[in-house]
Amino acid sequence: MDALRFALTLLTLVIALVAIGWPLSTWMARTYTTDRDWLVERGVYRLLGVDARAQQRWPNYLRGVLAISVLGVLLLYGIQRLQAVLPLSLGLPAVPEGLAFNTAISFVTNTNWQSYSPELTLGYTAQLAGLAVQNFLSAAIGMAVAITLVRGIASRGGTGVIGNVWVDLVRTLSRILVPGALIAAVVLLATGVIQNLSGFQTVQTLTGGTATIPGGPVASQEAIKLLGTNGGGFFNANSAHPFENPTGLSNLFEIVLMLVIPFALARTFGLMVGDRRQGRAVLAAMITLYVLCTAAVTALEVGGAGSATVAAGGAMEGKEQRFGVLWSALFGSTSTLTSTGAVNSMHDSYTPLGGMVTMLDMMLGELAPGGVGSGLYGFLMIAILAVFLAGLMIGRTPQYLGKKIAGREITFVSLYVLTTPTVILAGLGLTFAIPGVTADVAKTSIWNPGPHGFSEVLYAFTSAANNNGSAFAGLTANTPWLNAALGAAMWLGRYLPIVFVLALAGSFASQDTHVEAGADTGGLVTHRPQFVALAVGTVLVVAALTYLPVLALGPLAEGLA
Amino acid sequence: MTTAPVIEPDAAEAADRRQQPDLRPPKGAFSAGQLVKNLPDAVRKMAPAQLVRNPVMFIVEVGAALTTVLAIALPFLGQGREVGFTWAIAVWLWLTVLFATLAEAVAEGRGRAQAASLRATRTTTSANRVRAYDRAGDPDAQRAEFETVASADLAQGDVVVVVAGEVIPGDGDIVSGIASVDESAITGESAPVVREGGGDRSAVTGGTRVLSDRIVVAITSKPGETFVDRMIALVEGAVRQKTPNEIALSILLSTLTIVFLVVVLALGPIAGFQDAAPSIAVLVALLVCLIPTTIGALLSAIGIAGMDRLVQRNVLATSGRAVEAAGDVSTLLLDKTGTITYGNRRAVAFLALPGVAERRLVEAAALSSIADPTPEGASVVELAAAQGFAPTERAGRTVVPFTAQTRMSGIDEADGGALRKGAASSVLAWVREHGPVEPAVAAALDERVRGISEQGGTPLAVAERDADGTARLLGVIHLKDVVKTGLVERFAALRAMGIRTVMVTGDNPITARAIAEEAGVDDVLAEATPEDKLALIVREQEGGRLVAMTGDGTNDAPALAQADVGVAMNTGTSAAKEAGNMVDLDSDPTKLIDIVTIGKQLLITRGALTTFSIANDVAKYFAIIPAMFVGVFPGLQALNVMQLHSSSSAILSAVIFNALVIVALIPLALRGVRYRPSSAAALLSRNLLLYGVGGVIAPFIGIKVIDLVVGLIPGF
Repeated sequence: MDALRFALTLLTLVIALVAIGWPLSTWMARTYTTDRDWLVERGVYRLLGVDARAQQRWPNYLRGVLAISVLGVLLLYGIQRLQAVLPLSLGLPAVPEGLAFNTAISFVTNTNWQSYSPELTLGYTAQLAGLAVQNFLSAAIGMAVAITLVRGIASRGGTGVIGNVWVDLVRTLSRILVPGALIAAVVLLATGVIQNLSGFQTVQTLTGGTATIPGGPVASQEAIKLLGTNGGGFFNANSAHPFENPTGLSNLFEIVLMLVIPFALARTFGLMVGDRRQGRAVLAAMITLYVLCTAAVTALEVGGAGSATVAAGGAMEGKEQRFGVLWSALFGSTSTLTSTGAVNSMHDSYTPLGGMVTMLDMMLGELAPGGVGSGLYGFLMIAILAVFLAGLMIGRTPQYLGKKIAGREITFVSLYVLTTPTVILAGLGLTFAIPGVTADVAKTSIWNPGPHGFSEVLYAFTSAANNNGSAFAGLTANTPWLNAALGAAMWLGRYLPIVFVLALAGSFASQDTHVEAGADTGGLVTHRPQFVALAVGTVLVVAALTYLPVLALGPLAEGLA
Repeated sequence: MTTAPVIEPDAAEAADRRQQPDLRPPKGAFSAGQLVKNLPDAVRKMAPAQLVRNPVMFIVEVGAALTTVLAIALPFLGQGREVGFTWAIAVWLWLTVLFATLAEAVAEGRGRAQAASLRATRTTTSANRVRAYDRAGDPDAQRAEFETVASADLAQGDVVVVVAGEVIPGDGDIVSGIASVDESAITGESAPVVREGGGDRSAVTGGTRVLSDRIVVAITSKPGETFVDRMIALVEGAVRQKTPNEIALSILLSTLTIVFLVVVLALGPIAGFQDAAPSIAVLVALLVCLIPTTIGALLSAIGIAGMDRLVQRNVLATSGRAVEAAGDVSTLLLDKTGTITYGNRRAVAFLALPGVAERRLVEAAALSSIADPTPEGASVVELAAAQGFAPTERAGRTVVPFTAQTRMSGIDEADGGALRKGAASSVLAWVREHGPVEPAVAAALDERVRGISEQGGTPLAVAERDADGTARLLGVIHLKDVVKTGLVERFAALRAMGIRTVMVTGDNPITARAIAEEAGVDDVLAEATPEDKLALIVREQEGGRLVAMTGDGTNDAPALAQADVGVAMNTGTSAAKEAGNMVDLDSDPTKLIDIVTIGKQLLITRGALTTFSIANDVAKYFAIIPAMFVGVFPGLQALNVMQLHSSSSAILSAVIFNALVIVALIPLALRGVRYRPSSAAALLSRNLLLYGVGGVIAPFIGIKVIDLVVGLIPGF
């Protein structure tokens, strides 16, 4: 019965994704290619004093991205530190320095790692003017950067320009994210998510005691939290909280929101490079990985060993009764594969190997389908790596969709692939190499002993560097070291890759020769199942080779014991 | 100072003493003997200053040194238990480095043998330099003054005289004269070739010997930059620069190395936190097993061997970049004559006009061709003989040779009769000189002529004049271009590789298209001028295609320079050789196809071994990870799928496998992976299966086998 209901849910999910994603992908392609500005957009350009027609080379584009991001961090830090004097703060005090730093970076980098309990730390002003604004902006930046890479690949004539950062950001907001979030918020309200400004209410419970119930503008926050693959919850319990995610229907809708833009962007890619088959191939690879990983988590959670598990009909610890194992695993897998990081169950309580798969979801590089924008560019980077090897193996100078992959291009791809693992492993290495830090982490942060304790730290760095934001909740992360180290990991894990993606986009855009692609010239065909399999294989092998040793010391050691 | 060229007996003797070098090493030349022979070189290459250019192997060497120091220090640190294991790891790490340098040394050694025999041709000879050469007044330098200089002192623009028996002192163009030249020192071909001034066969190469006659040569190369010099530098690998794809691959390999370095560096403290800290020797072993040592060790050998394979086929490339470009070629421009067809046309049929006995036409055709020395003429006689007619001698016959003015040849009999054979319009005009031609006959002739042209043939009309002076048309000889055998298959193979073939010819479009159809080329450029050729190349390139072509004439030079791969024939002019980026010493235009294959093979070998190298890591993890941590986390024994004997034997076996696989793959690196023309998809599937999936499986078996042996050693 449960299985049948689950199957029907999956069917609904697929129908909803196709119904929304198909027109959305066309709409996004038009958004990023049209010459016509909306009236409100022209107003914004005049206000910002930018020339919307000026095309930028990649260093200029990067400057725009970094300026907005640094400004965002300063603003968000300021709001948190000034919370005590801001209106609608519910009487909450200023956020401490280390936490404010960590939180500012966390929301600007689209990570939404939360070292704190939101309802007890942040008032409505910080939530709405601070976090929500960054939720929109960070998502827009991810999408804009992805589009520059698509433009670079599609470009002809070697002009070297990749678009205008202000136009891309404004259009992403005005035409995709703001209207999208508005509609999503209304739907969420309809499913029972709350939306008010009533602060904390004290109520009498049935048993005669009193309970303090927090209110808040939840539905509006929730919409962009998921649509922008941000993941930062209004409440500490995130989407496990009944006010954020009350029913099976809201749960399904939240999953749709997380997946719809990342998957749709794959088709947008095909449309923008003028070859829909290429978009379909990218989509097929993303779906293959998504299905593989989700099936693995589900199987491991359903089949979790142990007598308590058997009695509960599955690994129910840390999961909401109203979602059960299946819907929890689906949500958890989606959330970790999309760089959202929202949770409707506690990943820390998953079976060791099930929890490992949620970690692996992130270690793949957040590309199946990944975050909004970041998923597409992450996948394309790995695809280009696969193209390079495949190109050599058919005896041709590697090229992807007519763009040569020579020394400069492979340098940027290599640096991209190198960044995230290095940030994670260096973070872990330092954590356990500096004696004072190790002692502090062991004593204060790690809740569980043995390999599971290490897994909590591994999960934290993996989540931060991949800008996911979910956590193995047993870890107490609000310590000076973890706030600083994870903050740095989030920043580096977000902006170094963006630098390399923009540089690659610029490099592609400045190639004036266009190599004839396709089977008729003996070139590599990148839209057939063969290439899809190769790309999927490359993603898996790169991740496995990089992370197997650390996984062996954490979840594998625990799970195989 | 002398006033006439003097043949120095020493020089002639020296020339004799020089044996013709054999540029082709025996096929599949790789043996244990070669390994041993190149060992000293390999050891020299292990010097850190040299090895640092190969980051992957440099890391291995650093690891080997570190492990050695540890092995020496361990007894003093009270950890004598691990000494044997650490020494074993250290030794095998050193061997890994040695195997890598050995691969390069062997590849270079093969080139060096060829270079040595080439160098023998470069010994200084003396040259007779003309003083104040007067091109207009005295082109043959008969009256000029000479001075004897060493060939090494010749400068560009000097003019020298070379007579029979002498060695040509430098690369140059013949200004005047004709000579037969023995070029075996360069090409390995013993038959002498004719070189003469003023045409497309005017280039001569320093080090080759004039066998007959006397020529005046203008030197075109600077000392030390001659053809032979370049060839020596090339086969020795002295001027080897990394090609674009090689650079890109090196970057990727360095990246992989850094990733694994970070993995291993972080692993120490992380494992330490869980009281599972592995020893430094184990961490080094893990690092070396993970970084792409297989391809890192063989990368430069693959490049050198690729160049070498070209030289073995007597093709000289000016750069590795050109060889790589050859693999990317998607349009081949092929000259019709000599490449697609044999150089000459052959008679295939006699078509008599109405009212003319077939027999009479055959006789007339054969008789009119008796004196025609061209292959076309001979083929007419042959065809007639095949049809049972042998021309007999008759007294008083005079031969009328072919001239550009008459465009006819034939014979005049003593009795006033005559036979003519030639272009239809000329023969028709000749008949009309002797009386009118009936319109029906002219129409019948025209019909046959057009029919032959449409089939791509060349029609030759035959006519006779009786003793009484009346002339009549007899019929038409069908001459046909004969397409070389086996081309249809080769072009089909090229098509499968995605390469378009374009035939270039001066023929009219109808003829050209007919031959193109027979040969199976994809397209044809008819009535081609050198400008048309250049325009075609530019057009193809604008469409994103890489173009390869062959050429020999000076007017081919612009097209050769424009083409991505321009192969000049060695018989061609210096201008053509300068413009192209390859020279074919055999002057065989069909070799273009081999060149493309070698280019592809080079890239495929690199790609395949990289994939193999990375795929190997999977099995190595399954050997080393459980071995490292099973003491603390017994559950990880589940990962020990190979059931290896013990932790130390598992790690050592992985290291040994990692080293031995390099040696095992040296022959493959030198030979190149097998390449059969097929579609990109089929090729990719095959190579992914062989080197990807095979690369995953092979080390599981290899490590297990080595472990069975290592497990027998006490202490492991």
